Amino acid sequence: MTNNQFMFLLFSAVIVIFSLLTVTSRRILRAATYLLFVLVSTSGLYFLLRFNFLAAIQLTLYAGGIVVLIIFSILLTSQINDKLAIPPVTKRIYAAIAAIAGAVLCILTILQTEFVQKTFDPARTNIKTIGEGMLSTGKYGYALPFEVISVLLLAAMIGSIILAKKRKD
Amino acid sequence: MFEGVPIHWFLVLATAMFFIGIYGFLVRKNLITMLMSIELILNSVCINFVAFNKILFPEHLEGMFFTLFIIAVAAAEASVAIAIIINIYRRIVNIDVEKMNEMKY
Repeated sequence: MTNNQFMFLLFSAVIVIFSLLTVTSRRILRAATYLLFVLVSTSGLYFLLRFNFLAAIQLTLYAGGIVVLIIFSILLTSQINDKLAIPPVTKRIYAAIAAIAGAVLCILTILQTEFVQKTFDPARTNIKTIGEGMLSTGKYGYALPFEVISVLLLAAMIGSIILAKKRKD
Repeated sequence: MFEGVPIHWFLVLATAMFFIGIYGFLVRKNLITMLMSIELILNSVCINFVAFNKILFPEHLEGMFFTLFIIAVAAAEASVAIAIIINIYRRIVNIDVEKMNEMKY
């Protein structure tokens, strides 16, 4: 077993185990913490694939930003000592059947597909390439989605401020 | 090229994570835990994009840019969803989906 395989199996075991704990834990703050572990080991996978910039973004924005936002809203809206109610057995069975059937279908399809893997080593993904790709308008340039994302973030910011502020009535 | 790990492993991992998220979305009743399941689903899709980019099409950085945009959209979605959740909590002092059967102002 090579080094890459070992690290991949380690990260994927952490991801699967903590994803299951995230969706089954009865204490909501613990579920958020397990989600943090999942996001951090996903960032480990990105580091393994040598996408250093993306892994850093994943750590700061997902693991740093979104999880903190979720934990803040948990503290604002829930009693920490309360446990979540156990969902009814029929609901759990139906959801598990749906999820397992979909997963089996997808995994069978994936395993039957032949992918042509590239064998040459591309140039390193340095920050210069990423910046030029973000701002170029030609082929493989992403200037338009970059600008649209900036408008989207502005709209989301204004919208969430207006939604969450106190009404005067 | 990425030695040792075939792309099928990444895809199977992402599929497992995606459907764990689906299970959580169907089973949970608390709005914040449902939001966490959605984050799991988005994250699994990101893994797919990155693995395809690195292993099958390493000439350009298309999958990486799509993952960046997915992360930005996820951040926007989480902030708006949490604003809505806090607003709902202020009105009915509960964030279970089954208690939310009226949307009147």
